[in-house]
Amino acid sequence: MLEVVDLAVSRGGRSVFEELGFRLEPGQLLLLEGPNGAGKSTLLRACAGLLVPQTGRISWHGRAIESRTVHYLGHALGLKGELSVREILHFAAALAGGSGRFDDAQRLMDLDAFVDLPVRMLSAGQRQRTALASLMVSYRPVWLLDEPEAGLDIHARRRLSEALAAHQAQGGVAIVATHNQALFNPTTILSFGP
Amino acid sequence: MREMFRAALAVFRQDLRLALRRRVEVWLAVGFFMIALSLFPLGIGPGGETLSRIGAGVIWVLALLAVLLSLDRIFQADFEDGSLDRLMLAAAPLELLILAKCAAHWLATNLLLVLVSPLAAVFLSQPSEAFWAMPFSLLLGTPILTLLGSIGAALLTGSGRGGILAALLVLPLYIPVLIFGVGAVDAAIFGLAPGTYFLILGAMLLLSLALAPLAAALALRAALE
Repeated sequence: MLEVVDLAVSRGGRSVFEELGFRLEPGQLLLLEGPNGAGKSTLLRACAGLLVPQTGRISWHGRAIESRTVHYLGHALGLKGELSVREILHFAAALAGGSGRFDDAQRLMDLDAFVDLPVRMLSAGQRQRTALASLMVSYRPVWLLDEPEAGLDIHARRRLSEALAAHQAQGGVAIVATHNQALFNPTTILSFGP
Repeated sequence: MREMFRAALAVFRQDLRLALRRRVEVWLAVGFFMIALSLFPLGIGPGGETLSRIGAGVIWVLALLAVLLSLDRIFQADFEDGSLDRLMLAAAPLELLILAKCAAHWLATNLLLVLVSPLAAVFLSQPSEAFWAMPFSLLLGTPILTLLGSIGAALLTGSGRGGILAALLVLPLYIPVLIFGVGAVDAAIFGLAPGTYFLILGAMLLLSLALAPLAAALALRAALE
């Protein structure tokens, strides 16, 4: 169970949001919607522990959330152009810990056609698929995805929805910031005001 | 525990692999070192008393600057492409991963400085004792420079500045390393028991191995906010 209580984040002296709270039971998906700059990405980064909130707490099963619990994917994908997709998946698995589920990830994101190419030769959509697959090689119960559908074609978007559904079925939770609500099947929607 | 070391090893191997594929970075530090070095005989005049007297100091100062230059982007590229987020969420503490990054960086770019330093000693007409004392003092000294430099690089990550400002931050920390590094070579040349200097360099290396990753991790976490 992911619980966020009384969260407030301010950046550069300006408050991004205050008194924000929600609770996600296993298998639930929270969708963040709202205009650009409303604080969706900031909330995701705070949940990942990448920035420290002014007040409030984020807990997983009653204890402060650890970095080992979350997968985070932001706009910067964390891919190195010189490395092949396969090398990136193996690196991601070793870095995140746990046993690497390469076949599953490769199949889920349909990487077979370019798994041996260096990332710099890939299109934006293929990079996005590689980045998503690099999360899926290791299991972590909380997924924090910032516009994960960016650049994906219809086929890959369906794969993404399926991957999220499978993650929920395993008892994982996910928070997704998006401008394409129709793609996902959210339990709750959190709207950020302008 | 095993996962921790597996993650650190993965970072070490990836950074080494990246450096070898980019190549330019590998040769940049040693290229700067050799070219800047060749200016001294031209400026001061080859052979002669002066060159051989100041040679050890010149080699050390240039090695120090070469390390500093090569460190400029040790975290900046990771910050820009989002890899730093991944490191923060890894199965190992950021401190250990920074140590792995420094080790890979030292091996890829600074080990070459150690290897060419006997040649540098010949360039600057050093006595024969310098041929072993110079690489040995650099072998102990350059990892310290890399570790201390990583603190400065971490502090400036994401600020859009680097280069000269990093030099301003880090150079004061380099002073003791320079003093004992040059001291070791001079002591060897004059037959004055260089062992003490090497032991002090070794102690400084151990200290920076333990403390620099802590400081750099602190600075990186602040940079990411």
